[in-house]
Amino acid sequence: MAFPQPRPQVPQLPQHLLRTIECQQGAVRAVRFNADGNYVLTCGSDKSLKLWSVSRGTLLKTYTGHGYEVLDVDSSYDNSQLCSCSSDKTVILWDVASGQVTRKLRGHAGKVNCVQFNEEATVMLSGSIDGTVRCWDTRSRRYEPIQILDEARDGISSLKVSEHELLIGSVDGRVRLYDLRMGQLHVDFIGSPITCVCFSRDGQCTLSSSLDSTVRLLDKSSGEMLGEYSGHVNKGYKLDCCLSDKDTHVLSCSEDGHVYFWDLVEGSLTLKLPVGKAVVQSLSFHPTEPRLLTAMEGHVQVWGAEPEDTAKLSSVC
Amino acid sequence: NMASDEDSDEDFVTYGTPLEPLEEDEPIRKPVPVHEQTVKDEKGRYKRFHGAFTGGFSAGYFNTVGSQEGWTPSTFVSSRQQKAERQNARPEDFMDEEDFSEHGIAPREIVTTEDFASERKDQLKDKARAVSSLAALIPGDTGLLEELIAPARSSIGVELLRKMGWKDGQGVGPRLKRRQRKQNTDAVKVHGGALLPSGSEESEDEDDEFAPENVTFAPKDVVPVDFTPKVDSHGLGYRGLNPLQALGGGSESAHINLFTLQSDRTSSLFGDRNSGQKRRGGIAGQAFGVGAMENEDADIYHKDSMSNYDTVLGGEEPGDGLYGWTAPQQYTRKKNDSKRDVVYLGRILDGFTLASQVTEIKTVYPPPDLPRDYRPVHYFRPVVDLSTVSPIVAQALQASRGHLSQDAPQQGRHSLDSSQRRDMLGETPLQGPSSVFELLGSKDRERLNEIRSVAKEQNKSSTAPQPDSLTSPAKTQASSETQMALNAWSGPTADASKTFKPFQKNPQKQARYDLYINKLKKGDKEALESSLDSSMTEWERGRERDEFVRAAVLYKPSNSSLSSRFTRSKNEDDTDSVEVTRDQENDVDDKQAAVKMKMFGKLTRDTFEWHPEKLLCKRFNVPDPYPGSSTVGMPKIKRDKYSVFNFLTITDSSHVSREGPKVNKKSRWDKTGKVSEPKDPLSAFLSETRSEVSVAKQIEAGAKNQTDSSHTEPKTDEEEKEEDEEEVRPPMDLFKAIFASSSDEKSSSSSEEDSEEEEVAPSTSEPIQISAETLNPPVSAQITPAPDISKVPGII
Repeated sequence: MAFPQPRPQVPQLPQHLLRTIECQQGAVRAVRFNADGNYVLTCGSDKSLKLWSVSRGTLLKTYTGHGYEVLDVDSSYDNSQLCSCSSDKTVILWDVASGQVTRKLRGHAGKVNCVQFNEEATVMLSGSIDGTVRCWDTRSRRYEPIQILDEARDGISSLKVSEHELLIGSVDGRVRLYDLRMGQLHVDFIGSPITCVCFSRDGQCTLSSSLDSTVRLLDKSSGEMLGEYSGHVNKGYKLDCCLSDKDTHVLSCSEDGHVYFWDLVEGSLTLKLPVGKAVVQSLSFHPTEPRLLTAMEGHVQVWGAEPEDTAKLSSVC
Repeated sequence: NMASDEDSDEDFVTYGTPLEPLEEDEPIRKPVPVHEQTVKDEKGRYKRFHGAFTGGFSAGYFNTVGSQEGWTPSTFVSSRQQKAERQNARPEDFMDEEDFSEHGIAPREIVTTEDFASERKDQLKDKARAVSSLAALIPGDTGLLEELIAPARSSIGVELLRKMGWKDGQGVGPRLKRRQRKQNTDAVKVHGGALLPSGSEESEDEDDEFAPENVTFAPKDVVPVDFTPKVDSHGLGYRGLNPLQALGGGSESAHINLFTLQSDRTSSLFGDRNSGQKRRGGIAGQAFGVGAMENEDADIYHKDSMSNYDTVLGGEEPGDGLYGWTAPQQYTRKKNDSKRDVVYLGRILDGFTLASQVTEIKTVYPPPDLPRDYRPVHYFRPVVDLSTVSPIVAQALQASRGHLSQDAPQQGRHSLDSSQRRDMLGETPLQGPSSVFELLGSKDRERLNEIRSVAKEQNKSSTAPQPDSLTSPAKTQASSETQMALNAWSGPTADASKTFKPFQKNPQKQARYDLYINKLKKGDKEALESSLDSSMTEWERGRERDEFVRAAVLYKPSNSSLSSRFTRSKNEDDTDSVEVTRDQENDVDDKQAAVKMKMFGKLTRDTFEWHPEKLLCKRFNVPDPYPGSSTVGMPKIKRDKYSVFNFLTITDSSHVSREGPKVNKKSRWDKTGKVSEPKDPLSAFLSETRSEVSVAKQIEAGAKNQTDSSHTEPKTDEEEKEEDEEEVRPPMDLFKAIFASSSDEKSSSSSEEDSEEEEVAPSTSEPIQISAETLNPPVSAQITPAPDISKVPGII
């Protein structure tokens, strides 16, 4: 290389409000970036699922077909399909372009809290309040799940998929890590009902938030605790947590209307982002850029590292 | 990269205004009835509908069909005067204007005129021309004549570029200095993998060495990336048989190669000039003989030589040592050029370029090393109900495999203590003081010995006077349980008839159990031995003894008073067995305690065997971790539904008796007032261990210890009684996990002296196990697995 590597920049936090999207679909139950972060998916309590453009904030498509409020959504890696789950106990696979229901899968005994594609969108995994995780095949026409993971003793609140691992958080206070390659199940006891789990971007750690208002960073291989983050309020709601785009910060929703940013290593509170008065229900971090989505009541807010006008300027340059 | 993203967003064009989102409350508009619906054309005139057979909308010229005027042609010119200008009628002349609109049959679209069209050739046209050329006047010629005649035209883009100073063969872009350019081409080589068939490049590079500094150069031309989509289902790089080659010039070219490099391709695109020029007109070939017009007859009796065929499978070696995987051209040419690090050594397929970013290499961790004596087959122990199998069979089973279902867990690897394991491994014992004892002063040692002997005596007195009860460590522990059972049942309230019958399936066994319970209530210390069947084998009796004691402890009268409120169901399930997951989770209380101490890791983690479905592995692109196994999910075992052992955790059998000392101490500290407020058991424990360290120091100093023990000793008797009566939750195995040896020792001797022993033991974390051994050798045999001791200092 001709030039020396630039000094690593201080990570910027998305603290400037770029846009507020009024979703007009009742309460927004979950907000998610798509796989590349250019679009937003919102799950409404009015049974609809909406697709938005991040940059313009315009509504691109509405997906209707659920029988009750939509609780979670995930987009496939190629943006061609969506999967969503709902309180009507179903999981739906959507065709993004046409907005048609490709498959509607019934089998859960209660409302389905979370849904996720695997890396190649060949399997959908859905976790339900009935305590099972069902693995649905998107390739075949079978309407039965490939496998049912019924090890949890209480409802499943959150699940994430990596290339060969399933991370499942349950209300029974345990985080279960299913390793398909090793054929092992690791159960980490947290004690308090888990509200959200996620992998770090490097895949070495797991983050789990629980109803004791604590977010914990655990080592994936040994289960040892690497960090503990608290200060926010999470006592009754199923709130999301996540890591920033470069794994530098830990983020969590809070019931006091803020989003909390902690430094991952130091564990200190870096930023307390005021979002509004009500509970911040859901959040999603952009996969590569410092950009954040928060959902509160009926609207979604887009946050960026720079204010809107300077962001525009930089795009021109 | 953020800027570029913004740009790409700006590129999108939004048509029209977005529809207002539908309001739910809005009243639904009434549909307009058919007779009120009107159709207008683009000029706002009402359209008449003529019906499908009379022309549909707008029949004829301005709806003239069926009208008075009838149908009039748009242009009528007398041909008499203008014969020369006879114009051909085009299809468009007979079409309505609606047909040209967007949804008509011949929509008009905006097309770039030829001036502005790109240089790119129309592939379809090319192909058609190539095929037609086969049958053309001069076969094999692709419009050579047309090319001769057609004027040389360049598109407007080329014109513009020329005016800006561009010359043919140069690249587009700002002029560069030599050094910079060289770098750039290097970069292109590595990242873009540009397959420039530029033969002059080397020589140029060498010439450049002498170029002056102030001379600038145009950048190199770049071969555009071909974006034609792949529509066929051939393999990558396959392009099928060339009809020219296969039918016409097949014999001339040695082999028909279906996979060609791009460089070959450019030359052998349709109409390979060389072969085409060699061919003569007319029909040629072996079957037709020699025509009259042909004077060359060398080719008639075509001999196919063997050299046209491969004699070796796999084809000839191309000569570069890569056997088909040809390297990118720049690499084959410059093998010793170390500056260019070539990432990819294969042939680059047509239409592909090398990736600009190196794909992230997925780290694949190898599976763990298997132990040497690992056998990949697991035999489940056959579940044999002792009561159903004859004693001889049971004995035989035990002798052959030791696999009776309810095998004693004490024989496990984890129940060995460190010294035993050391002996098995053949390691030499550690040097230095082997016990805390050696560190203690002689006075302290004496005192401890005294305590120990007292404890032993108490043990002896409390257990049933069995000859072998003290020799085996398991028995000592069992004896404490017998004591517990005795204490629990000797109360006046217990009523045998209302108690839970754990062995209802086996009436004889239940009868023996009832007998045992009855004797217990009378306070008979030998209740257990006398109620067992003497005709059974020793081993069977041992098992039953264990079962009875545990059942007695579990279904204590306090529980039975509760159970009397329930009646048994009349319709019993027919299935006698329950599917239970084989691996059970460890004690939750331990984990809760560990969580409170923030000791995540080994204490809070359980790892189980889990079998994913084969299809799931396939979908995740992961090899099946258990090929050949048919189980899915957690492995399960069938267990006897009414076996007590389903509900008892055998390995943790010691914790009932361990209750004593812990609470004991708590009360002691309450008394001394060191713990002012009631804490949860764990923090209490923590503070104790802390204070114990200081106490141990005091012992070492040889001061105060007598007073200490004198304080505690008289109290404990009453406390023990209190304790037996109160219902206490099962204790935390955490203690066992942290202070493995010392805690187990306590369990064996359920007397108050343990509190003293424990005070000493944790004060030094390292030699705990050894000290335990010296204190009470037989007990140490049943020590539960010791965790990382290194963790201990972290807590305290």
